[in-house]
Amino acid sequence: MKILVAVKRAIDYNVKARPKSDGTAVDLANVKMSMNPFDEIAVEEAIRIQEAGNADETIAVSIGPKQCQETLRTAMAMGVDRGILVETDEDVQPLAVAKVLKAIVDKEQPDLVMLGKQAIDDDSNQTGQMLSALLGWSQGTFACGVELADGGLTVRREIDGGIQTIKLTMPAVVTSDLRLNEPRYVKLPNIMKAKKKPMDTLSPDELGVDIAPRLSVVKVAEPEARAGGVKVEDVAELVDKLRNEAKVI
Amino acid sequence: MAALVIAEHNNAELNPATLNAIAAASAIGSEVDVLVAGSECQAVADAAAAVAGVRKVLLSDASHYASALAENLAPLVVAVAGDYEHLLAAATTTGKNVMPRVAALLDVAQISDIIGVEDNDTFVRPIYAGNIIATVKSSDAKKVITVRTTAFDAAADSGGSGSIESCDAVADAQLSAFVGEELTKSDRPELTAADIIVSGGRGVGSSENFAVIEQLADKLGAAVGASRAAVDAGYVPNDYQVGQTGKVVAPTLYVAVGISGAIQHLAGMKDSKVIVAINKDEEAPIFGVADYGLVGDLFKEVPAMVEALDG
Repeated sequence: MKILVAVKRAIDYNVKARPKSDGTAVDLANVKMSMNPFDEIAVEEAIRIQEAGNADETIAVSIGPKQCQETLRTAMAMGVDRGILVETDEDVQPLAVAKVLKAIVDKEQPDLVMLGKQAIDDDSNQTGQMLSALLGWSQGTFACGVELADGGLTVRREIDGGIQTIKLTMPAVVTSDLRLNEPRYVKLPNIMKAKKKPMDTLSPDELGVDIAPRLSVVKVAEPEARAGGVKVEDVAELVDKLRNEAKVI
Repeated sequence: MAALVIAEHNNAELNPATLNAIAAASAIGSEVDVLVAGSECQAVADAAAAVAGVRKVLLSDASHYASALAENLAPLVVAVAGDYEHLLAAATTTGKNVMPRVAALLDVAQISDIIGVEDNDTFVRPIYAGNIIATVKSSDAKKVITVRTTAFDAAADSGGSGSIESCDAVADAQLSAFVGEELTKSDRPELTAADIIVSGGRGVGSSENFAVIEQLADKLGAAVGASRAAVDAGYVPNDYQVGQTGKVVAPTLYVAVGISGAIQHLAGMKDSKVIVAINKDEEAPIFGVADYGLVGDLFKEVPAMVEALDG
C-alpha cells in the first residue's frame, strides 16, 4: 500500500495572527511558520501504518511557496520517504488544493490519502472532503482511530454527540482530528537524514490545474474585543452579582 | 433564486442546529426550502415544514440515507441543487463532513462557518481560531455555506406551513457504511443548546475531580463543557470540548473553572453573554474576557458556590 499525506505550511500555533493595518490581509511578514498541527497528526498516522508493515511507501505533498520545502523536510524527518512540492506564490484555496492533490493522486496512485481535518489559518475544514469527492473515493473525516480491516478501513470519528464508527472501501481519504495520535518529536539525526531524501518540484501548470481563487477577501479585522470585567472578592459577591447585577441565575 | 438548507436529524427529530441554518438562509433574503434525506423520516419532514419561513420540504426517503454518510448525501444534494443559488447546512460535524463534498462536485468554493451575511454573495467568517474576522465574496454561481449556529437566532419551529414534496433517491454509492455510534448519554442539557454551561479545564486535575464541576452544573441546570487540555488529559470525553476545533457555544452564562483561557478555548465561548472565571492564577488570560473573575482554589470555591446557590 502507498500513502500520500498532504501537509500545509501555516502560521505557528503559538503565534497570534493580526490583520495588516490596511485591513486587506493577515500580516504574515516575519511570522514563524510551521506544519499545520492537524497535518502533523496525519503524517504520524501514515508513518505508524508503514511501521506496522501495512504500507510500502509514504509520500508527503505540499502546495505553496518555496519555503514549503521546510514543511516537507519536517515530514521526511518524521519518517516519510519522499516529498513533492507543488510550487506557487498564488493564494491557493481549498478547492484548488483538492484539484492539485487529485492530479498528484492520478500520478502516484496511492491507496490512502491522509490530511489534517483543517488548517489553523483559514479554518476551512474542506480539502479532504473535496479531494474525496473529486476522486469519487470514500471519506473518513475527523478521525480519532484508523484500522485496516478486510481490505477496507475502519475509521472512528469524533462527532458532536460522541464517537461514530464507519467502514470505508479502499482507496480512501482520511482526515485527522486532534486525538488520533501524538506526533513524535523529530530527532537531529533524522533531520540530517531527511535532507538526503528525494524531493520533486512541480507547478500547478505542469499538472494542468487551474488554481484561480473563487473567494476574494473584502477585508479582515480583529474581532470586537470583549471588555474584561471585575474581580470579585468571594463566592457570596459572585452569586450576588450573577443574581442581581447580571440577572442570569 | 431560492436557498436550500440541508436538514440534520436522526430520522425521528430535527436537530435544532438546522433552525439556525434556516435563519441564516432567511438572512440572505431568499425563499427557503429544506432537504430532508433519511430513512423513515416523515416526522422530520413534518417538523421542517412547520418551521417559520420554510416554503417547501424536499423529502428523500431511502435506507442508505439513514446515517447521513457524505458519499451518499452529497450526490443527492447535487441532484436537487439546480434551482438553488445558496446551499446551506449547520457547521456541525455532519454539515462539515457533507458540504465540502457537495461544493467540490459542483466545482464551487465553500464558505465555511459563516457568522454574518453582508449580501447575496458576501459573508463574514472567523479565521485563525477567531482571532481574525474575514469578509469574503464568492464569485461562484452557487454558494455552498456552513453556518456557525451561535451566530444566528434559531428560526421558530412552528408557524410555518411548507409543502412536502418527495424526491427520488440517488443510488447508494456503496463507498462507506455506518458501523456504530457511542453517544455520550447525559440528563443534562446539550452543550450547544444550553443556557448555562459550566466548563472545567486542566486545573480540575482528574476525571474523578470533574464531579465538582458536575455538582455546580446540576445546581444551575447547566451543561458540562471542558477545555481541550481537560479532554486531552482524558478527564472527559471529546464531545465535551469547547473551542475553535471543538464546539462553539454562546450561552447566557458560561462558568470557566480551572481553565487558563488559551486562544483556542476563548474562540469557542467568547460570545457568551456573561462569563465567570474561577482560577487560582490571577494572571490567567481567562480573566481578560471574564465579566466576573474569582481568584481562588476551585476545590474550595466551587463547592462554596454550590452552597451559596442554596441560600
